[in-house]
Amino acid sequence: MKINLEKLKFGTELIKRGFAKMQKGGVIMDVTNVEQAIIAEEAGAVAVMALHKVPADIRATGGVARMADPKKIQEIIDAVTIPVMAKCRIGHIAEARALEALGVDMIDESEVLTPADVFFHIDKRKFVVPFVCGARSLGEAVRRIWEGAAMIRTKGEAGTGNIVEAVKHMRLINRAIFELQRMDEEKIYITAENYAYRYAELASKVREEMGLGEVSRNDVVFEEYTLGEIITGIYEILLEIRELGRLPVVNFAAGGVATPADAALMMQLGADGVFVGSGIFKSSNPPEYAKAIVEAVQHYDEPEVIAEVSKGLGEAMKGLDIFKLSEEERLQTRGV
Amino acid sequence: MRVAIVGVQGDVEEHVLATKRALKNLRISGEVVATRRKGVVSKSDAVILPGGESTTISKLIFSDGIADEILQLAEGGKPVMGTCAGLILLSKYGDEQVEKTNTKLLGLLDAKVKRNAFGRQRESFQVPLEVKHVGRFEAVFIRAPAIVEVGKDVEVLATLEDFIVAAKQRNVLGLAFHPELTNDTRIHEFFLKIGDRR
Repeated sequence: MKINLEKLKFGTELIKRGFAKMQKGGVIMDVTNVEQAIIAEEAGAVAVMALHKVPADIRATGGVARMADPKKIQEIIDAVTIPVMAKCRIGHIAEARALEALGVDMIDESEVLTPADVFFHIDKRKFVVPFVCGARSLGEAVRRIWEGAAMIRTKGEAGTGNIVEAVKHMRLINRAIFELQRMDEEKIYITAENYAYRYAELASKVREEMGLGEVSRNDVVFEEYTLGEIITGIYEILLEIRELGRLPVVNFAAGGVATPADAALMMQLGADGVFVGSGIFKSSNPPEYAKAIVEAVQHYDEPEVIAEVSKGLGEAMKGLDIFKLSEEERLQTRGV
Repeated sequence: MRVAIVGVQGDVEEHVLATKRALKNLRISGEVVATRRKGVVSKSDAVILPGGESTTISKLIFSDGIADEILQLAEGGKPVMGTCAGLILLSKYGDEQVEKTNTKLLGLLDAKVKRNAFGRQRESFQVPLEVKHVGRFEAVFIRAPAIVEVGKDVEVLATLEDFIVAAKQRNVLGLAFHPELTNDTRIHEFFLKIGDRR
């Protein structure tokens, strides 16, 4: 059959969400160079996240964290056959467009980098490339899905090697879905209004300073969308979640996974797969760690396998106590 | 009828749901089981290898003994289907990407596949495709492979430009695209009936 180019459709929601579905049950590993990318591919990673520095080093170095050097990302794209993802700053449309032009397979609009916009995330529907975004709650997840994210991941607390925040975020989302399934349409609409209000914050702040009245439903508040349209969009997503009993896109765990048992724990809590950031290449034996985490995700409900793959792995990354981090040091509070 | 979906990695749930709908449409009573362990495929009447990452799925099915069970089932004439990554695994020969990553293949379909034949994710597409025995079908290609050569026993079911994107060799069906991502179950129905026709 000859391809009729007019009938070919690119970047549809089906294709973007479909890409994320192909990652299910897999481990996506942060890598900073070609050697690490090859180790990840050989260990059975379903994709790699090309970075300049892993989150633990971003934390240690401080300063503004930006999109990785495209040259480095290109080298990794050329080195492996599995998909390559890369991070852009929250709201940084230009970085995202550059990554799309580079041929990155999925963009992580990530709180691990320094946010570029305190009001808005990227309107991801306008891109051909799919996006993944972090979330701490159902509200954050639903806003990102409304903006066009094809995949959600827990934010956790990246670069700490401490699973506690990822567990917290997964539990908060699961509990909210549980509540949603016991709500009628009227209550769900009220929740949609609450979730949508975040988009009106900029307009609301400016109007208040200017002594104008409250933001109305007919006001355009984000890109070309009125507040009313956003509420309706979010309401429809909430109804879909109630129907499905889960998010309508793939939901991965991220932000603190350091050991095979951590990965298995997140799968048991309902994650569709796992991102491992600093956990692999900050451990004492990256190739073995990478393989062990892949095995642990596949056999998350088989304790004997988790025990076996965890044997003699050497030192996990050192890790940080979340409660000793100041508010500014917490990456998860970025981009709500 | 019992249909096993190899569930080690990929869009397993989508195949479970599509197969359940197809069974219902055909009025066949049966169950659909996703499995990550050996012992299930060997007790099934048909098996599906889903989409996902072929490098990952290959490692896991060969290390866990599921690969041998698929081979035995195929030898017994039971229907075997692979979509996207599943097509790669069913094939006999791979391209340099398959070789470079040392991806082990099952070799059930006498075909040579090219991984990521259409490009990266931004080049992924959907298109109405003419599929033999099925008709026009909205086909979703995601970083899809394609078949570049087939042996004489292979029936070509669909082509796109110079590539073969659906092919059948007796009871083995390989597709470069993802019928499980749309609500149209005709390909799953065609697959479930392969056993009857032989």
